[in-house]
Amino acid sequence: MGDLQTHALELAARQQAPEWAGDLRRRGAQRFASASWPNRRTERWKYTPLVAIAKKQLALPVDDVMALPEGELIDVDAYKIAFVNGVFSPQHSDALPEGVVTLADAEGSEIELLQAHLGRQADSQEHLFAALAEATLGQGLLVHIAAGKVLDKPLYVVHYSCGEQPLLASTRILVLAEASAELELIEHFLCDTQEQANLVTAQTEMVLGDNARVKHYRLNLEGEGVTHMGGVFAELGRDALFDGFAIATGGELIRNDYVLSHCGSGAHVELQGVYLPRGRQVVDYHTNIQHRVPHCTSNEVFRGIVGDRAKAVFNGRIHIFEQAQKTLAQLSNKNLLTSNKAEVDTKPELEIYADDVKCAHGATVAQLDETSLYYLQTRGISKEQALVMMSFGFINELIQAIKNPAVAEYLLPRLASQFGRQPDDLLVLEADTLD
Amino acid sequence: MLTIENLCARVEDKDILKGLNLEVKPGEVHAIMGPNGAGKSTLGSVLAGRESFTVTEGEVRFDGKDLLELDVEERAREGLFLAFQYPVEIPGVSNMEFLKASVDAVRKHQGKPDLSSVEFMKLARETSKRVKLDQAFLKRGVNEGFSGGEKKRNEILQMMLLEPRLCILDETDSGLDIDALQTVADGVNAMRSEERSFIVVTHYQRLLDYIVPDVVHVLADGKIVKSGDKSLAKELEAKGYRWLESEVA
Repeated sequence: MGDLQTHALELAARQQAPEWAGDLRRRGAQRFASASWPNRRTERWKYTPLVAIAKKQLALPVDDVMALPEGELIDVDAYKIAFVNGVFSPQHSDALPEGVVTLADAEGSEIELLQAHLGRQADSQEHLFAALAEATLGQGLLVHIAAGKVLDKPLYVVHYSCGEQPLLASTRILVLAEASAELELIEHFLCDTQEQANLVTAQTEMVLGDNARVKHYRLNLEGEGVTHMGGVFAELGRDALFDGFAIATGGELIRNDYVLSHCGSGAHVELQGVYLPRGRQVVDYHTNIQHRVPHCTSNEVFRGIVGDRAKAVFNGRIHIFEQAQKTLAQLSNKNLLTSNKAEVDTKPELEIYADDVKCAHGATVAQLDETSLYYLQTRGISKEQALVMMSFGFINELIQAIKNPAVAEYLLPRLASQFGRQPDDLLVLEADTLD
Repeated sequence: MLTIENLCARVEDKDILKGLNLEVKPGEVHAIMGPNGAGKSTLGSVLAGRESFTVTEGEVRFDGKDLLELDVEERAREGLFLAFQYPVEIPGVSNMEFLKASVDAVRKHQGKPDLSSVEFMKLARETSKRVKLDQAFLKRGVNEGFSGGEKKRNEILQMMLLEPRLCILDETDSGLDIDALQTVADGVNAMRSEERSFIVVTHYQRLLDYIVPDVVHVLADGKIVKSGDKSLAKELEAKGYRWLESEVA
């Protein structure tokens, strides 16, 4: 057993948790303990070394009242629900709307729903960090929207990591959207300083009933020190729509697994993602779109800009089951390297067992186009500014397409300044690459 | 305004310009014609400062300054403008943002007052009307999905916004229908003045019916082999470049 395995389970054993979670926690602990720690030969972790995290010395969060950085939050008309180092913070949260309850306050039929669904998609046998999340289960939300109901405002879940001590922050969200229910969920991960070094395990599982519609935002805007092991899982009923947007700007290691399953005909998955690791950061998206039934569609677009010595891993799997005829699936992953020391490992993975499907996929890795750069320069624009404009332009299309205007307005200036405020090291590296 | 002496340039290991001389005075319009492969586009690229072209000999003075010593963007800021034969598509970078960044950089260098966003938008809209480019194109990515004619109109739009002193049009007429050609020519003619000069590089005499040059040069095998007034263009059109090659030989 690796260091982190022993250590995390010791922490789990000291945690307080609701009684109903006992069996799940034991199962998670057992599976996490018995999992063999991934190495370079482990396919799922081939390009994402876990050496650094295995040595992380973590503690459990305490119930401090830390102030939230209000200026860093999204200015959105929504139900704000805050978790500070993984712990629900009622003083920073709005009153929960009908159908939303914290795991600690769940009772009666809510507990039954939690026990029936938690870990069903985020399989702790298959996903290493789902096992850790299960072993440390206790904090999080149940969002249960009844048939035909539309949640009037988005749920804005703030996951805030703070403090000097690296903590194990574990939150869990279960969304049950019954038939024709609609909701929007914004998950925003942020932290107080670049040095903050929590291990965040945040697993979100969603079940979309027939014709249900869920808009989901997963914004990994943590600092350079955070390790994030996340998962987003959804099952879609007939004609259901999952519309997801993901962004990761940095972190010591940000890993998100998306597993989205079409379980009813006519379901559609839309997933757009952007990643921008710099310095020595690592971002890893593993997506798995599972077409299990006929007549479903999916469209997935990820774009990344990787600078300095940073690394991005993108594994996009599309699995079309034998009976899933008439599937239309599209996947595109484009990467831009802005330094000759940056690395991208991208792998589209198609597994197609049906014979009447349309499936398009593509992955590219490129450097900034020399001709475009020259064109901008011939118009008086400096090389440095031209590089910033072109890099930003590469992801701008996806940012512009964000449907929630408050999220887009929040991200645009921050991303622009991320490009603008690094003229020294990064752009020197970029210039080297282009010469 | 522009003095080119014995300019020799190569791309990769191939010599393209082989001792080109040219003198352009303020207010003049020079047409450069010539067969494919003569070095017409190379001349534009070398003057604009494209890195893949190496100047091996000769000098170029632009208003007394050593042009070859300047970076690409410095040349633009000094008032040199190259309208591309094949304008580049840059998806994601909005045309409006691009135009603003460009105009800001050039005006700042020339000591002209900054334009506010509102002033700039107004100017860009008015100018796009003059070149008959739908305003929707200002919001798109730079040249993204533009037709050939729309790209050339966008080039002329940039030229009008930047108010350069020396404009080089690199086969701006190629691939244009008569309406677009007329618009491009109107744009150029409206900008003609005593202080501003043009070098119009073209393969066809047709453009010169609309933009009447003061001098016509024939470029062949990296050199100017013949110069004359606008009647030279007609003669070339009638007799073809072969005629000239044999005459020079």
